[in-house]
Amino acid sequence: MNTTTVPHYKKPLWDTPFAERARAFQQRDSFVPWAGYSTVDVFTTVEQEYFAIRNAATLFDLTPMVKYRIAGVDAERYLNRLVTRDIRKLKVGRVSYVVWCNDAGHLIDDGTVFRISEHDFRICTAERQLDWFMDSAIGFKVEIEEVTREIAALAVQGPTSCFVLKRLGLDGVDQLKPFEWRNLSAAGRPVMVSRTGFTGDLGYELWMRPEHALGLWDDLMEVGQSRGIRPIGSQALNMARIEAGFLLPNVDFISAEHTIRLDRDRSPLELGLEWLVEFNKPHFNGRRALLEESRVGPKRRLVGLDVAGNKAAHGALLYADEAGLKEIGHVTSAMWSPTCKRNIALAMINTPHGALGSTVWADVYLNRELMWERRMLRSEVVERPFFAHARRRATPPADR
Amino acid sequence: MSNESAQVFDVIVIGAGHNGLVCATTLARAGQSVLVLEAADQVGGMAITRGFAEGFKVSAAAHLFNQMPLPLVRDLNLKQHGLQWAATDLPTIGLSPHEAPLRIGDRDALHVRCEADARALGPFDARMNRFGKLMHALLASAPPRLGTAIWEDKWALAKMALKLRLLGRQEMRELLRIIGMNAYDLLEDEFKNPLLKGTLGFDAIVGSNFGPRAPGTVLTYLYRRAAEVSAQSSTFVQPIGGLGAVTQALARAAEAAGARIRTQAPVARILVENDQASGVFLESGETVLAKAVISNVDAKTTFLNLLGTEHLDTGFVRRIDHFRSRGMTAKLHLALSKRPHFTGVKAEWLGGRLILSPSLNDLERAFNPTKYQSVSATPALEITVPTIHDSSLAPAGQHVLSSVVQYVPYTVAGGWATQRAAVTAQLIDLLDQHAPGLRDSVIAAELLTPEDLEKEFRITGGHWHHGDLAFDQFYMVRPVPGATQYETPLPGLYLCGASSHPGGGVMGLAGRHAAHRVLRPNP
Repeated sequence: MNTTTVPHYKKPLWDTPFAERARAFQQRDSFVPWAGYSTVDVFTTVEQEYFAIRNAATLFDLTPMVKYRIAGVDAERYLNRLVTRDIRKLKVGRVSYVVWCNDAGHLIDDGTVFRISEHDFRICTAERQLDWFMDSAIGFKVEIEEVTREIAALAVQGPTSCFVLKRLGLDGVDQLKPFEWRNLSAAGRPVMVSRTGFTGDLGYELWMRPEHALGLWDDLMEVGQSRGIRPIGSQALNMARIEAGFLLPNVDFISAEHTIRLDRDRSPLELGLEWLVEFNKPHFNGRRALLEESRVGPKRRLVGLDVAGNKAAHGALLYADEAGLKEIGHVTSAMWSPTCKRNIALAMINTPHGALGSTVWADVYLNRELMWERRMLRSEVVERPFFAHARRRATPPADR
Repeated sequence: MSNESAQVFDVIVIGAGHNGLVCATTLARAGQSVLVLEAADQVGGMAITRGFAEGFKVSAAAHLFNQMPLPLVRDLNLKQHGLQWAATDLPTIGLSPHEAPLRIGDRDALHVRCEADARALGPFDARMNRFGKLMHALLASAPPRLGTAIWEDKWALAKMALKLRLLGRQEMRELLRIIGMNAYDLLEDEFKNPLLKGTLGFDAIVGSNFGPRAPGTVLTYLYRRAAEVSAQSSTFVQPIGGLGAVTQALARAAEAAGARIRTQAPVARILVENDQASGVFLESGETVLAKAVISNVDAKTTFLNLLGTEHLDTGFVRRIDHFRSRGMTAKLHLALSKRPHFTGVKAEWLGGRLILSPSLNDLERAFNPTKYQSVSATPALEITVPTIHDSSLAPAGQHVLSSVVQYVPYTVAGGWATQRAAVTAQLIDLLDQHAPGLRDSVIAAELLTPEDLEKEFRITGGHWHHGDLAFDQFYMVRPVPGATQYETPLPGLYLCGASSHPGGGVMGLAGRHAAHRVLRPNP
């Protein structure tokens, strides 16, 4: 059963500790590779899963999320130099959403940092970062260890998620504020619970030893039955994250370590993440470049769009004028938002275009029974996130 | 000491090596208040004269002087500050177990040995001098940066292209043909006599990590020729009192210009305030403040130890970490009870530069074992007996032998602690083969391996040039992109040592260029 001991060269895609249950539940044979693991794209239907995120409770297996343990007397100093936020302000028991940049101030990846203790941190990333992390460790007394396989991770998200977790026996979970974590236990199984997620909704992430994965899954499905709990795949999650305005690596930006073309790197200032950049702290990677960029202003901005009509503007080129004479950017993520009842998109727009409230034109191609039709759709630059419900932050969350 | 704690200097120079002193003098003359801090108990860095046995002194690292530009020597008034020559025009003599010693440049002697070589040597020399002159233009100025909008950079690049073009079609083509080649192939094409080729080949690889068959060794050969053009001398000079006399004179020049020099003042850390170098913290616990800090220390030590990676970006640190800085050159010092007699070497040659590199193949073979952490039984040597011209270095009637040993790796299998005695004995045996009786006259011996050079001179890796002179660490990319043109990513911190263009050798140009950069920063 323990297939994770099989090396990758024999089995290119590993199973996660939840794979046995996921395979039993899924009906579509719809799997996608994610960071070396096979994960479910769709269990039943995307719509069913999406609405469970916004109206009930969901389980999402995020074990493939790459995890590193960063420990040592210099761990805080090391992370503070690595990421753009001020890690000195991160207290034990808290989580921080961070990005890190190369020397040019271009984004390498984003992730979350957990402060486990004074000198012990965990960082979760979208892609493997060991090379960059190790080179960043030159001159620091830290140990860096990948712990992805040692930790099974399950996101429990949705308005009834807190209720389900209380039922599971995780006492005190309702006291967790957003971006807090605690070590709790359920039926004798130690579980680290953080109030974090990628849905922009009320939700938690559970971190446990792999041997507890299946038992915990089973208990959650059982206690959550009355609250409409169901496993979801990555497609439904992607819809929720666009509504929440979260960025997806390799979709909304490409890591500066992977780009080949010179102008494909993106800075946090361009991606609307300037709130993550703390210039008033000791030196960090990319600081000098970012200071200069903030002085002259970024070349482009990631913005939210409200696109006319109901057809998702996937990959559309954006123009300043309806005639399509001046190209000013492109859409990176797009969808019809069932909850917001709006046709939303994330887009990269060259400055000075893209000011809040301004109009841009999306060049959308529609496939109408094999015939392509072109539409210039009026789009308004709007605030992100598109979806922001008060329950996301309420502590304790309402009993549902 | 107390007034220094209160004073904010315009400039602190870390390290009183020749480049640091040239830099300090240039800045002091421009009216800057300059403090030079030297860790050792005397100035000079790798150009010092020091004792190695009771009554015996030697130029501890560099032992010949032929690369400092004459205009710089004059400009710094080194003669006035006490620099005197014990001997000039030192001949270069090739030694071999297979043939009689050969004085390089002696056309008649060569003619007897190989007529074709005697004919080829003149044109070869002339061509290398032409190319050396072109390279000299590179050495004589700070390197331009690529992709900037700065007029000065574009002009420097254009000037370089023009100089290349002015060589003429045939010569330009020849330069482009050979510049990336290896010295072995070039010399094989030109000459027949093994000793001539071996001796010329030695100059292509001395101080480097390369065998003569390594690509890029023509570049290092031309680099040496360029330095000679720059010095307006293709001959070697021995200062009275050894190479330390050069830096002593430089120190006096610096002090005459108003710079203050402190020895036994090792710097522990470069201080940073508001993302700007603001001074240094000494190992003694003392803090000295300055508006700019210039490091004559090698790039690795400067950035990784003195500054600390926390003030730098990861990509830059990665490049510095990859800067190839492990030395492959050692130094052997022998105290001799009597004058050595090298077989076939005329009396008037003994004070010269004796090169033991019998052939290019022998040179390559001397290199081979170093790839596997051991030393060849027959490494290549550059031998001098400085006491022939300068009796102040040894008790009367006794002599000092100073030899560069080419291809001694930084680490050897078993470690230097256990291998030192064996390698030293091996070297003495090798010398004894060419100078019978030398072994019995040895009073004391000192072997400075790259590891020892690292410790004594505080150079990470113990490399003579701080880092390999090779295409990827040369000119516009020396030491690494982001720290070229003597500036570093940290405002107010500069490099002025051999880690910067034009690199090692007792040249002083890096120090001079760095001073100009400090006085006129890039826009």
